[in-house]
Amino acid sequence: MWVYEKKLLYPVEVTTCNPMLARYIMEQYGGADGELAAALRYMNQRYTVPDKVIGLLTDISTEEFSHLEMLATMIYKLTKDATPEQLEKAGLGAHFVNHGHSLFYENAGGVPFTTTYIQSKGDPIADLYEDIAAEEKARATYQWLIDISDDPGINDALRFLRERENIHSLRFREAVELLKDERDRKKIF
Amino acid sequence: MDRSLFRGSYKPYVSPRDPCPPILVKTFVLPPQLFTNFQKPGLPQYSPEQALKHGSLWPSFVDGFYSEEGIS
Repeated sequence: MWVYEKKLLYPVEVTTCNPMLARYIMEQYGGADGELAAALRYMNQRYTVPDKVIGLLTDISTEEFSHLEMLATMIYKLTKDATPEQLEKAGLGAHFVNHGHSLFYENAGGVPFTTTYIQSKGDPIADLYEDIAAEEKARATYQWLIDISDDPGINDALRFLRERENIHSLRFREAVELLKDERDRKKIF
Repeated sequence: MDRSLFRGSYKPYVSPRDPCPPILVKTFVLPPQLFTNFQKPGLPQYSPEQALKHGSLWPSFVDGFYSEEGIS
C-alpha cells in the first residue's frame, strides 16, 4: 500500500516553452535507463531477494516513482502550450499525431517503453549488480541532459535527480555487502 | 574447495497460510569474484589437465554448482 502526498519530491521550475528539451527528458521518462524502468525493476525484484534487502528495493522503487512524477511535470510544462508546428520542429510531430499533448512512455528517439529493458534473474547478486549498473547509467544520462539543457530551473531539478542516483548506487553496493555477510561459512564458525 | 564459502542463506517469511509447503531456508550463490577485487599474484594453481576440467587455473575461483545443492 502507498500513501500519496500531493506534492513533488523536489520543486520543478519551468520558465520556457521548450518541446525540444521535453523530448530529451523523455529519455529518462520512458527510456531503457530511465526512472520507469528503475521503479518497475526494483518493485519486481523485491519479492525474491533475501529478506534483509527487500525493504531497500521497495523504498528505492517508491522513490523512483516520485522521480518519474518530477520528469512528467517537466515534460508536461515544457510542452503543454506548444503548437503542433513547434512540436514538429522539436521532432515530436510523430508523438503529437499519436498522443496529442499527452505524455507517453517513450525514449528521446520515440521508441516506446518495453519490459525487455529490465530483468529479474532470481539470483540476488546478479540482480543487485544490474541495479548498480542501472543507477550509474541513469546518472550518466542526467549528466548529458544537464549538458544539453540551458534551462536553469530544469537543470537544478536534474542535478538533484543525478545526486539521488549516486546515493541509490551506494545503497545497492551496501546491499551486496550485507549479503556477503550472510555467507554460510561464517555462520558455521 | 569449501563450497559453503560461496553460498549464503536466509530464512524467508513463512505464513501459516502458505499454499505450498514452505521452504524454510533459501540458499543463494556468493561467487568467489565477489570477495576478490584484484587477484593476488602467486595463488596455488591446478595442473593444466585439472584446469581445463574446472574452467579456471586457480582453485580459489572454482565454486562449482550442482543441482543437488537445491538452490533453485
